[in-house]
Amino acid sequence: MMIEALLAVTLVGALVTFVAPNRIAGKLAFGISLIPAALSLWMFTAFDGSGNALLDGELAFESQFEWIQLGDYTISWLVGLDGISLPLVVLTTVLTSLAIMSSWTPIDERESQFYGLVLFIEANLIGVFTALDFFVWFIFWEAVLIPMYLLIGVWGGPRRKYAAIKFFVYTNVASLLMFGAFITLVFGLGDVTSFALPEIATAMLEGGPDGFAGLGGSALASVVFVAMFLGFAVKVPVVPFHTWLPDAHVEAPTPASVLLAGVLLKMGTYALLRFNFTMFPEQVEAYAIPIAAIAVISVIYGAMLALAQTDLKRIVAYSSVSSMGYVILGLVAYTQFGVGGATFQMVSHGLISGLMFMAVGVIYNATHTRMVTDMSGMADRMPVAVGILVAGAFGYMGLPLMSGFFGEFAIFFGAFGSGLLAYSQLFTSLAMFGIVIVAGYLLFALQRTVFGPYHLETDYDVGRAPLHDVAPMFVLLGIIIALGVAPELIFDMITDAVDPILENGGDA
Amino acid sequence: MAVFELPDWAALAPALILVATALALFVIDSINPHTKNRSLLAGTTAVGSLAALGVAVWFMVAGVGTPTAAGGRGVVELFGGQLVVDQMALFFMTVVSVVTALVAVASYDYMGDHAYQAEYYSLMMLAATGMATMAAANSLVTIFIALELASLPSYALVSILKDNRGSVEGGLKYFLIGALSSAIFVYGISLVYGATGHLQLEAIADNLQGAGEYGGLLGLGILMLIGGFAFKTASVPFHFWAPDAYEGAPAPVAAFLSSASKAAGFVIAFRVFTTAFPLEPTTAVIGVDWTLAFIILAIVTMTLGNFAAATQDNVKRMLAYSSIGHAGYALIGLAGLSADGGEIVMGAAMMHLLVYGFMNTGAFLFVALAEYWGVGRTFEDYNGLSNQAPVACFALGIFMFSLAGIPPLGGFWSKYFLFTGAIQAATANSAMLIVAAALVVNSAISLYYYARLVKAVWIEDPVSGRDTLAQPTGLYAAIIFAAVLTVVALPVFGPIADAALEAATVAIS
Repeated sequence: MMIEALLAVTLVGALVTFVAPNRIAGKLAFGISLIPAALSLWMFTAFDGSGNALLDGELAFESQFEWIQLGDYTISWLVGLDGISLPLVVLTTVLTSLAIMSSWTPIDERESQFYGLVLFIEANLIGVFTALDFFVWFIFWEAVLIPMYLLIGVWGGPRRKYAAIKFFVYTNVASLLMFGAFITLVFGLGDVTSFALPEIATAMLEGGPDGFAGLGGSALASVVFVAMFLGFAVKVPVVPFHTWLPDAHVEAPTPASVLLAGVLLKMGTYALLRFNFTMFPEQVEAYAIPIAAIAVISVIYGAMLALAQTDLKRIVAYSSVSSMGYVILGLVAYTQFGVGGATFQMVSHGLISGLMFMAVGVIYNATHTRMVTDMSGMADRMPVAVGILVAGAFGYMGLPLMSGFFGEFAIFFGAFGSGLLAYSQLFTSLAMFGIVIVAGYLLFALQRTVFGPYHLETDYDVGRAPLHDVAPMFVLLGIIIALGVAPELIFDMITDAVDPILENGGDA
Repeated sequence: MAVFELPDWAALAPALILVATALALFVIDSINPHTKNRSLLAGTTAVGSLAALGVAVWFMVAGVGTPTAAGGRGVVELFGGQLVVDQMALFFMTVVSVVTALVAVASYDYMGDHAYQAEYYSLMMLAATGMATMAAANSLVTIFIALELASLPSYALVSILKDNRGSVEGGLKYFLIGALSSAIFVYGISLVYGATGHLQLEAIADNLQGAGEYGGLLGLGILMLIGGFAFKTASVPFHFWAPDAYEGAPAPVAAFLSSASKAAGFVIAFRVFTTAFPLEPTTAVIGVDWTLAFIILAIVTMTLGNFAAATQDNVKRMLAYSSIGHAGYALIGLAGLSADGGEIVMGAAMMHLLVYGFMNTGAFLFVALAEYWGVGRTFEDYNGLSNQAPVACFALGIFMFSLAGIPPLGGFWSKYFLFTGAIQAATANSAMLIVAAALVVNSAISLYYYARLVKAVWIEDPVSGRDTLAQPTGLYAAIIFAAVLTVVALPVFGPIADAALEAATVAIS
């Protein structure tokens, strides 16, 4: 019942915060968010699962009971953790706590509603990563949208209304596509009697669908695979479905950006791994080349777009598109290091991009501009914040002994030797070139903003950031370095959960 | 073993309580014709409809109307099968009485300075009686009588603001189209009677074979019956009264009509088509599968309603068109029937009408609140209301996202089941795939205009110079209650789904 406790604490905390007075809402929300963070860290140490949640693995903290009987189909409350989902749950809870602390400075209106919504998002994200029944999972998946829509729409920047509705419409339409495809698949699978993902995965791997409404079994599987891939691709996002992301990021308040880049994007890659890459090994093989092409294009094109930006937040936003391209490449490689590295990169990118958005936010709090052209020599005035920004940028570039290095290395290593993906060496080399562009745009941006003589036309008094702005960044930096030095902290449990997937098609 | 057995007619208690309340209101009015004692009148109405609600729920739980085979006390047939109390009847009586209760409480404030208090509430109770009777009617004659009993007070309710042009115009349009569709409906009844020689629904089904040579006549009669249902449920092609009537009517009345009256229209459609015209024998006689008509109507209705709603500037008209769109969703319940099943779609449509009763009533009551405040009618007029009335606006957000079908709110559940049912029905009839696709596309479109209202109240900057907004107790209570019901649908959806699916299974078999 640990997962239920985790969800309940967070939801009740959200309600309490919602009705608390504005004055104390920020501190209260931070205090409340420490409970799920501590709980999830305890679960991390007490983790006793093994194998993959969908493929007969031993689930940790599993609980299940029947909920609704719908004709021949049972909907049950089924939650549990395996080596893939546990690191993401910890990422969610820790990042939420830090994001809450980092919003004490910038958020100065309707605080109780703001922090209530942040905690509400956290609860739903935990739900997404723990639910193993499609129905329950989809509820959490969709319920993330409403609070994020409001966070962007109410507390965002000047074009917030446009960005919020764009975010909502893009991701919701994608969800509906995916949803329709999956329900069709369930009915196409003759002998399935529930929406539980393990049961559906087993049925998919043992024979696949019988066909539905005139479509044959393998044709149905292909259609569903493509529709679900497109549905999740918007959420990830990959080129060409990425255009909602920069708008949403630039207009979102800092903590919303942190959660958006840190965790919400991982919903897309997590779902790809759980659904497409676990249940459809044959289709993965058949569509490996187009998927790898999309991944490489996202890497290169996203990085090129970042190169062309002058808004620091846009730079970080586009670089997320690039980083998510690596994750897709790792998944499609279908090797232990590829898929494991992709999962590791999800966590690592969540930490690093969260750190970058926080650092940019702290600079913005002081300067009230994010334009690269408006400022230079910020290191002179804000040495600590800028130092962390530089450290984060190096993490992004994949500096050894930081988590980004291991994630990208594992992906490249796994992708290069992929037996499933034809021309894997070519794809990997092209994607590696992305690293060069990343280093290029980050160094170029840093050179212009933080180094050189101090210059900033502003009426604001620019000085050192307060401790509660800097502290969460130090924590994140610590985790990033810890995972870089000792990736096996989570990589072991990830590979343990990834291996069963590869036994069905890839080379383990 | 019960100490004493209630007589059979006691099974009609929910409808009887509603009519008794209407009579009680007449008595109060005749004792003091000019009474302005709003608390007494609205209170009587609310207590009466809550009592009907309680009895209906109690009956359902106690197994009244549940077939004995399923461990219940058996379906109650009254007056030679003219009325029947089964699970479906009780389910829809629940919907009608809960909406009536919400509307009655909200009317306490909204109709506060109106001259004809007792008339208003008694008309509402008479209409509710008609709707509850529609739920139980099991013969074309009783259906028609119940339909008229529900319709005539409704015409008067829409135009009760006698000095308001819009109200009178809406009432007149509603009446004219209602009269036309009643005429068509009665003509349809006469054709069905001519072909089969019966009016009672089971008897019609038993005599379908005998109508062999009058297949075309019967088909025409069925088509005309569909016209009558379309009017009552505000579906294409008799939908166009709805926007004008809802816009002109007092907002609580619009809430009442768009939720309760629509649900009642659907229950007679469900009952007539599942009981009197079972799919296979009917198709054999008339040569056409009648689900085809509902497939077309469902797609056209939901698409038209949603596209029209997306282009509105007036919030009440938007809700009126959205109500047409939701009629399209509920029509899937009939479109998805097939010879070997369909209880999921029909059960889902019933759930949708129940949840719709909460969320749509709540949304219209928020409009009632806005009219009470006098803030105006367009989206722009609602800008920034959340600064002054966060609680009501929070409830509005719940209604809107629920109408759009976003989890975890009630509207998601019923839409989810509708979708699942439609996909499952596609195994028997692949045209249902188009219906399922239309449902998804329309849900996505609907998000645009529902989110627009949320955006107006929560995100846009407030209109400057707005006066302080009062907090009328009755309206607030009704809105909050509806919001709670919409949210609480999540944990209690198991029993709701069970009740609806059981009722649908019994109706189909």
